[in-house]
Amino acid sequence: MEIIMAVLAGTLFTTGVYNLLQKQLLRIVIGTALISHGAHLFILTMGELKRGAPPILTDGIDQYTDPLPQALILTSIVISFGVTSLLLVLAYRASKINGTDNMEQLRGNDYE
Amino acid sequence: MLLAVLLPFIIAIFIPFLSKWKHKLHTGFFVTAVPVVIFIYFARFIGPGFEPVEREYSWIPSLDMNFLFYLDGLSLLFILLISGIGSLVAFYSIYYLHKSEQLGHFYVYFLLFMGSMLGIVLSDNVYVLYTFWEFTSLSSFLLIGFWNHREGSRYGALKSMLITVFGGLSLLGGLVFMSGITGTASIQEMMSQQELILNHDFFPLILTLILLGAFTKSAQFPFHIWLPDAMEAPTPVSAYLHSATMVKAGIFLVARFLPMLSVSEWFFIIVSAVGIATLCWGSYMAVRQTDLKGILAFSTISQLGMIMAMLGFGTKAAIFAAVFHILNHATFKGSLFMIAGIVDHETGSRDIRKLGGLMTFLPITATLAVIASFSMAGVPFPFLNGFYSKEMFFDAAVTMDLSVTGIAATLQTLFPYLAVLGSIFTFVYSMYFFFGTFRGKANIDELPKKPHEAPAGMLVSPAILVLGVIIIGLFPDLINKPFIEHAASAAYGSENVKDIYYWHGLSPAFIMSITVLVFGTILYLSIPKWASIYNAVPGRLSLNTFYDGLVERTERYSTIITNSYMNGSLGRYVRLILVAIVVVTFGTMALTGGFTLDFGNVSEVTLHEVLIAVVMVIAAIGTIIAKNRIAAILILGVVGYGLAMLFVLYRAPDLALTQLIVETVTVALFLLVFYHLPNLEPHHESSLTKAMNLIISVGYGLLMTMVAISAHSHKMFDTMSSYFVDNSYKLGGGDNIVNVILVDFRGLDTLFEIAVLGIAAMAIFGLIRLRGKNKEE
Repeated sequence: MEIIMAVLAGTLFTTGVYNLLQKQLLRIVIGTALISHGAHLFILTMGELKRGAPPILTDGIDQYTDPLPQALILTSIVISFGVTSLLLVLAYRASKINGTDNMEQLRGNDYE
Repeated sequence: MLLAVLLPFIIAIFIPFLSKWKHKLHTGFFVTAVPVVIFIYFARFIGPGFEPVEREYSWIPSLDMNFLFYLDGLSLLFILLISGIGSLVAFYSIYYLHKSEQLGHFYVYFLLFMGSMLGIVLSDNVYVLYTFWEFTSLSSFLLIGFWNHREGSRYGALKSMLITVFGGLSLLGGLVFMSGITGTASIQEMMSQQELILNHDFFPLILTLILLGAFTKSAQFPFHIWLPDAMEAPTPVSAYLHSATMVKAGIFLVARFLPMLSVSEWFFIIVSAVGIATLCWGSYMAVRQTDLKGILAFSTISQLGMIMAMLGFGTKAAIFAAVFHILNHATFKGSLFMIAGIVDHETGSRDIRKLGGLMTFLPITATLAVIASFSMAGVPFPFLNGFYSKEMFFDAAVTMDLSVTGIAATLQTLFPYLAVLGSIFTFVYSMYFFFGTFRGKANIDELPKKPHEAPAGMLVSPAILVLGVIIIGLFPDLINKPFIEHAASAAYGSENVKDIYYWHGLSPAFIMSITVLVFGTILYLSIPKWASIYNAVPGRLSLNTFYDGLVERTERYSTIITNSYMNGSLGRYVRLILVAIVVVTFGTMALTGGFTLDFGNVSEVTLHEVLIAVVMVIAAIGTIIAKNRIAAILILGVVGYGLAMLFVLYRAPDLALTQLIVETVTVALFLLVFYHLPNLEPHHESSLTKAMNLIISVGYGLLMTMVAISAHSHKMFDTMSSYFVDNSYKLGGGDNIVNVILVDFRGLDTLFEIAVLGIAAMAIFGLIRLRGKNKEE
C-alpha cells in the first residue's frame, strides 16, 4: 500500500508542479494547494500505514499507529492553510490593481 | 619606530580641522613638518657602522600578524627617499595648490599615502606589508582623482586602481603561499627557509604571483598603461607618487625578495627581460609624447624598467647599480616633475608644441632643468649622478657572466645591445624635453599666460633635488659608505661594496656611453625625419585599446549573461529551480546508488483505498484539464476530501477533521476570489512550453515517488513514538496522543503555528483594508 501511496503523492506533486507553471494566478495557487496535499500524504506514508488503532489511549489496546507524523501533518495543514489564504488574497489584490492575473505580464519595470 | 610610521596617519586625522584656517595659513605648512620630522628621526641611523634594527609591536598575535618592523639598508634608503622627497613635495605643493582648492582632502590623502609607503618598506610581516600595499593603491587612487570633476582624472584613477589592485591581489596570493609553506609570516625567517620555497612544487606559481604584484605597481610592460593616465593628478602628486615613491614599491618588493628568488633561472629571465622591454618601449614611446608630463611618465616607465632589469641580472655589480639608480632617479625625476609643474603654472600649458624659448623668461627653472635632464640622459659630466649609475648599468650588462644556457644565454648576449638602444632613446627624449621647452622660438602669444619666473618658494624644492644631483655626482663617496653600501648589501643578501669612480679608463661601458651620446645626438637632431615611424610602430595598435576593450567587453558580456537568465519571468525562475532540484537529486541518487525498492515491509493493499487513490489521481489531473476555472476549484476540493478520507482510513481522526474543515474553507475562499478575478480571455500556451512543463512536472513527481519509495525501503531505526504512547497519559495527562504531542510534548511548534496564522490574518486584513497611493482601477 505504501508504494501506491507514494505513487499517489508523486502524482499530486506532478499535477501541482504543472499547475504552478501556468500563467494564471489562480492556477498557481491551485498548484501550491496540490503540492501541500502531496507533501502531507508523503509524510503520512513515511510513517507506517495502518499498524494499529488510532492514537487515542484505550484500555486493552497496545498497538497504535504512529502519532508523531500526524502531529507534524496537523501543524503543516494549518500553516499551509494560512499561506494559501494569504496567497489567494494577494492574487485578488494583484489582479485588482494590475487588471490582469497573467504572470507573464506581471514583471515590474526595468529598474527593479 | 611605530610612532614614526603612524605619525602621518595620526596627523591626517587633524588635517580637516587645520584646513579650516587655510586662508590664513596654507595647510601645507603643517603637513611639511611631518616628513621632516620622520626624515630627521631616520637620518640618525645613517652611518658607516649601520646595523639592521628590528622592532615588534603586537597587532593580532593569534594570527601571527604583528607590526614587525625591520630596518635594514634597503628600508633606510627608501624611507629617506619617501620622507625626504615627501618634505620637498609638501613644501612645493604649498605654492602649487591654490588656497581655493580642497586642501583638506589633498593633504589627508597625501599623508595617508606617505604613512602607507613607510609601512611597506619597513614591514617584515607579509600581511602587514600587504595591508600597507593596498593602502598605497587606495590613496593613490584618491590622489589621481583629486580633480574629480574632470573626466580624465576619473578615468585615470579607475584604471590605476584596477591594474594595481589586480597586482595587489596576486601579491597577496604569493605571500599567503610563502607563509603557508614556511609556517611564518616574517620575511626574514622566510629567507632563512629559502630551500623549502625554492624546491616546492608551487614555486613557479609563487614567483609569478609576486612578480605580477611588483610589475603592476612599478608600471612594467605591459602593465605600464596606467602610469601615463595617472598624470591627470596634480603635479606634486605625480612628482611624489609616480616618480619617486609608489612606482618604486614594486622595485622594493623585488629587491626585498631578491636574495631568495634570484637563485631561480626563471627569475633572471622574466625580470630582466621585462625590465629591458620596459626600458626600450618606455623610452621609445616618450619621444612621441607632446605633453611634458606624458614625456616624464614614459621616462619614469623606462627608468623603472632599467632598475628592474638590473635587479633581474642579480649580479653584485648590477644590484649595486640598481640601488644607486633608485636614489639618482628619485632626485632628477622628482625635480623634473616639479619643473614641468612650474612651466605649467607659469605659462598655463604643458603642450610641448606650444612651448619653446622659455629660457629667457624662466632662467632659474631652465638651469635646474638642464642639469636634471642631462643627468637623466646620462651625459658624461662629473657632476651628474645619472651618468654614474647608467655607466654602472652598462658595465653590469656587459660583464654579466651567469654561466647559463638556453633562453637565458641568448638573453644575456642580447642585453648589452638592448641597453644601449634604450639609452639612446633616453638621451633623445631628455634632450627633447629640455630643448623643446626652453630653447627654440618663443611664441608667447599662443600661451594662456604671459610667462615669468616662478615664485622663490616653488623653486626651493627642485633646487634642493638638483643640488642633490650635483652633490652625489661630485662626491659619490659621501653617500656611498654610510648609505648606498648598506642598501646594496641588503638587496644582494651579503656584503656588496663598490667604489664609485668617475673615470674607469677606456672600458666597454665608457664606449657604450659615448655611443649613446653620438647616436642620441644624431637621432635628436633628425627627429622630424624619422618621427613618421610611430605611424608604423605602434601605429594603431595600443595596449590602451586592449584595456578599454577588455573593460567594455567584460561589462557587455556580463550584462548579456545576466539578462539571458534574469528576464523577469517568474515562470522561468521556477522552471530553473525545479530542473536544478530534479537534476541534482536524481544525479546524486543515481551516483550513490540511492534507489532501492523493497516490498517486504509494506501493508496490505485494500480495494477502497485503491479506489480513493484512483479518484484522487483523476481529480488531480482534472485540475489541469479543466478549461473552466470554477471547475478546477471544485475538482481541487475533491482531492482535499479524498485526502481527508485517506486520513480516516489511516487512523488519523484529528487530521481528517482538520482536513475537512480546512478544505471547505479553502474552497470557499477560492470561490470568493474567483468571483472577483478579472474575466480575461484564456491564456494560450505554445505546445513547446506545454511539453516542457509536462517534462518538468513529471520529472519532479517521479523524483518524489522514487524518494518516497527508497526512503520507505530504508528503515534504519525504530520510531521514537513508543515514548509518546507510553508517556502520553503518565506525563501529559491526556488520552489523545496527537493532541498531547501538539500542546505538551511539542507545544512550541503549536505556538508558532498560531503565530503564522495570526500573521496571515493580519496580512490579509492589511491587504484588503489598506489602500496605497495606487488608485484602484
